[in-house]
Amino acid sequence: MDKIIDIRHLSKSFGDKKVLEDINLYIRRGEFITLLGPSGCGKTTLLRMIAGFLAPDEGAILMDGKDLVGIPPHERPLNTVFQRYALFPHLDVYDNIAFGLKLKKVPQDEIDKRVRKVLKLVAMSDYEDRDVETLSGGQQQRIAIARAIVNQPKVLLLDEPLAALDLKMRKDMQTELKEMHRKLGITFIYVTHDQEEALTLSDTIVVLNEGRIQQIGTPTDIYNEPVNSFVADFIGESNILNGTMVRDRRVAFIGHEFDCVDEGFGEDNPVDVVIRPEDIYFTTEAEKTQFTATVKSCTFKGVHYEMFVDTDTGNELMIQDYDAYPVGSTVRLYIEPDDIQVMRKERTDNTLPGTVKDAETIEILGGAFALKSGFEPGTEVTVQVPFDAVDLLDNLDDGVLSGEVHFILYKGDHYHLTVRTDDGDDLWVDTDDIWDKGDLVGINFKSKGIKIRRKDE
Amino acid sequence: MKKFFAKLYIWVLLVILYAPLVFIAVFSFTESKVLGSWEGFSTTLYHNLLTGQMQGNASLLAAVKNTVLIALAAAFISTLLGTVAAIGIHNLKGRRKKAVTLLNNIPMINPDIITGVSLFLLFVFLHFSQGYLTVILAHITFCTPYVVLSVMPKLQQMNPNIYEAALDLGATPSQALRKVLVPELKPGMVSGFILAFTMSLDDFAVTFFTRGTIGLDTLSTYIYTDARKGGLTPELRPLMTLIFLIILILLVIINVRQDRINKQTVQR
Repeated sequence: MDKIIDIRHLSKSFGDKKVLEDINLYIRRGEFITLLGPSGCGKTTLLRMIAGFLAPDEGAILMDGKDLVGIPPHERPLNTVFQRYALFPHLDVYDNIAFGLKLKKVPQDEIDKRVRKVLKLVAMSDYEDRDVETLSGGQQQRIAIARAIVNQPKVLLLDEPLAALDLKMRKDMQTELKEMHRKLGITFIYVTHDQEEALTLSDTIVVLNEGRIQQIGTPTDIYNEPVNSFVADFIGESNILNGTMVRDRRVAFIGHEFDCVDEGFGEDNPVDVVIRPEDIYFTTEAEKTQFTATVKSCTFKGVHYEMFVDTDTGNELMIQDYDAYPVGSTVRLYIEPDDIQVMRKERTDNTLPGTVKDAETIEILGGAFALKSGFEPGTEVTVQVPFDAVDLLDNLDDGVLSGEVHFILYKGDHYHLTVRTDDGDDLWVDTDDIWDKGDLVGINFKSKGIKIRRKDE
Repeated sequence: MKKFFAKLYIWVLLVILYAPLVFIAVFSFTESKVLGSWEGFSTTLYHNLLTGQMQGNASLLAAVKNTVLIALAAAFISTLLGTVAAIGIHNLKGRRKKAVTLLNNIPMINPDIITGVSLFLLFVFLHFSQGYLTVILAHITFCTPYVVLSVMPKLQQMNPNIYEAALDLGATPSQALRKVLVPELKPGMVSGFILAFTMSLDDFAVTFFTRGTIGLDTLSTYIYTDARKGGLTPELRPLMTLIFLIILILLVIINVRQDRINKQTVQR
């Protein structure tokens, strides 16, 4: 395979915050690859390290077999299109584009020819003498792209280039970018937080979260077969549910058993199940029906209707269909085996280290929790706290620890939250209560279901 | 009625502010030796000043020349130093940035007399023979913070990516500085230069303590000695009027320029 860039064991921290952790990734020559993730996932940091504006703490970035680490940005054979264009305000359109060529001492007539050619490519032919500050956002972005590609880089880096444009302009530019990529035949590395943009443009998508690669694949792979609940939730709409693998090709969730196509998850093992809202079908035939539900709400979304239903077993599901069903009506539903995506659970409880303080208290994550253990004071223990044994309190001072709601996942009949404590540790919580991202909460443990064992056992 | 008082207030204020300047300008057109007595309209003092026919003319003209040369040198060097320092401070983060900004601000609020005396002691301690060089060094010391202060806002307004964009397009760091950063920061550097120039121009305390004993005089120290010898040289009156006019014209030019820049920004 023809790899143009090969990233190996790349890590980067800012202070004590790990921004990227052990990134391994290769990029094929000529492909359109997108680094996709929410803000703060490390995608821009990764791009800036490829461009040379940041040095990695560890690891290598090989380009055509040569390590780029340590080579300053002006000597790297790649060019960047920046988020806010970064055109030079004191130069006109022509001089902005010719900037790189003049530095390389390209002859004047050659510069003229190349500038004209890229201006034509970005459909800005008559703008040569214009002051860049008089151009609209979309026009400035075209000039920024022209300024980068006129240097004929081997790889073009694009850092959320369309983020500052309005929706209509963004759609047009997406089409044009795709077309430019086809014409130029060079490798594009594209950074975005917009999943739809990533699905539209890319040959390959790299989903990043919290500094780690979650999944690498084609847009269809990523959409149809997300590897974990983060990817499923981030890419498109989805129903993410707790389930149990009954045996190979048979999974139970929302109180029913379904045939599926997944194997190798063991028997009676807890799993996460993802169902896309467009993959739940309505039927009138009794033999096809797998379960029934009551329609709770129905909203017209332009092409389709978006409905929320309560199943006969009390789970909430989102369904998208071309037909509307009246609110309050009972509907028969089924799901095809192909459309059920089974994922290994990333975790089944919070497993935390602790130290026994006395007969009634254990110190965990720096807080003293009232837990009876029966061990000697000073014993190092491992505490397993089920997700539903974590109690979140409105009043910060009522909790043993305090933290912030960091990530929310709706699981059909409850919420699965990631709560980050003030010291930066993560706790996972199942709750029926509604919290918002960023809420500050007090944290306590209910004693039921908590398992305590000696550390080395 | 309210409007009348508002207008009255502003006029009273303007009169108080400009009366001394008008006073000296008016009395520059009379030959009287003593300031305050009118002996008929005459341009003799201007004539004397411009042709150099007056008592002690050599030292007055030398003082003017020194003042301008020192101000130019100090303003030029502190513009360079201040711009580089501002870029450095801008790239610092968090607490260190705050600390260095504070360190930059302290010399500006420090009384001149303290700056002057401490520089004097420092030069004596280092066995620096005092003269031109020490005065220029001293002026650079108190001018640089003002340049930093006038370049900083330009850096903050600047798109942080344009320096990186230059590097990305193949510019070495020094090329990026010359071809992209300096043109962007030029308005701030120009106003920093002018600020430094005028600060240096009217400094007395620092110059007085750092000029040494070789008889170096700037305008301010010349006037000080002159006044102590008994009465100001009459030719100082037209000189002051001329300096005021030059500064006024400069100020108008700067304001018109700024206006034009602002208009451009609005058009964006």
